[in-house]
Amino acid sequence: MLEASNLECVRGERRLFAGVSFRLAAGEMLALQGRNGSGKTSLLRMLCGLTPAASGEIRWCGRPIAQIGEEFRSELCFLGHQNAIKEELTPLENLLATARLAQEALDEEAALAALELVGLLGREDLACRYLSQGQKRRAALARLVHEKRALWVLDEPYVALDRAAIDLVAGLVGAHLQRGGLAVLTTHQAVAVSAGSVRELTLGDDAASQQRL
Amino acid sequence: MLSLIRAVIGRDLRLAMRRQADIVAAMFFFIIVVSLFPLGVGPEPEQLRRLAPGVLWVAALLATMLSLPRLFADDHRDGTLEQLALAPEPLALIVLGKVIAHWLVAGLPLVVLAPVLGIQFDLATDALAVLTLSLLIGTPALSGIGAIGAALTLGVRGGGVLLSLLVLPLYIPVLIFGAGAVDATVTGLGAQAHLSLLGALALGGVFFAPWPTAAALRVALE
Repeated sequence: MLEASNLECVRGERRLFAGVSFRLAAGEMLALQGRNGSGKTSLLRMLCGLTPAASGEIRWCGRPIAQIGEEFRSELCFLGHQNAIKEELTPLENLLATARLAQEALDEEAALAALELVGLLGREDLACRYLSQGQKRRAALARLVHEKRALWVLDEPYVALDRAAIDLVAGLVGAHLQRGGLAVLTTHQAVAVSAGSVRELTLGDDAASQQRL
Repeated sequence: MLSLIRAVIGRDLRLAMRRQADIVAAMFFFIIVVSLFPLGVGPEPEQLRRLAPGVLWVAALLATMLSLPRLFADDHRDGTLEQLALAPEPLALIVLGKVIAHWLVAGLPLVVLAPVLGIQFDLATDALAVLTLSLLIGTPALSGIGAIGAALTLGVRGGGVLLSLLVLPLYIPVLIFGAGAVDATVTGLGAQAHLSLLGALALGGVFFAPWPTAAALRVALE
């Protein structure tokens, strides 16, 4: 379903990677690895269509994502490095606002259930400003609980989370793969996912691809 | 489509209500700048009446400028802007929602304050009415045009100053026709023509500005 061919990423005068190709079918997950600065986040942003690739092409269901912009974005759930939650709003309001902006129907009961699952029940009425880093990450990840879109792109989902929360997120990703979804995520930790098959891709292991232009 | 715009407006208004200091600061800025002029130029009613439209409109422009840098900066910083850009609907619609929310928070209070402040300048009732009307029609254009500048200077260091250099020249037509409408009423010419042109600027500003703004935001996110 998701296919990338010969992707190249150039940042300023530096080539981060070139010739990256992979193909991901339903129920498969791509675990991106690589040292800091090897271009993992850049690749994820390319896959979302936020950053254009210097060369190469990304296809979704056989069609280039640049051409099917809105159709592709309605299948895409991106969770970036930043949590994309508003400090002034409570976790509950954040969750409901995110769903409304994504044009998804999410009632308060379902939102509360999601917050209970990520362990934020009892904090749902507290402005996110007062939450700890890990709790903020949990508030951001709560949207995955009811997320039905086919492609999940997660940038370092396990950062700032404790052991229990990491297992929870891995469980959510596993359930998503079992439903036939796709996931691309970057991580420095080896975390087992319960279902689906995992492919691995390591960026920047060959010095030749990383060079000054 | 409408539900998305409503969702954006609702979210931005709620955020503004949680951060009232910003709104109050812009309103006090407007009040103080306008009130300094009668103190500075002296109490002759004739002179004040002639100064009033220009002073009120310039102060309104500057007060609007104050809140512009934060229009997209907060969303950019916490990653929400990426989420908005990845929404399945066109980004321009989301920008339109944000422009409307910005006007409700930054423009509408100026419209409400203007007639009260106009009294300091000894404006007649009909001139006060036209002043309020011209601000009501003109301030949406300020939010629309300002959004383009805010998007272009997003993530630029010292963006605030650059933003005023970009946006203030574009505000000139709004200023001319807005202040001109009040002048025309005071001199007895009738404000109809000025207000019509101002209306055209506002319609153009609000409905065409979201597209270049959305394009600039996508560039800023790359």
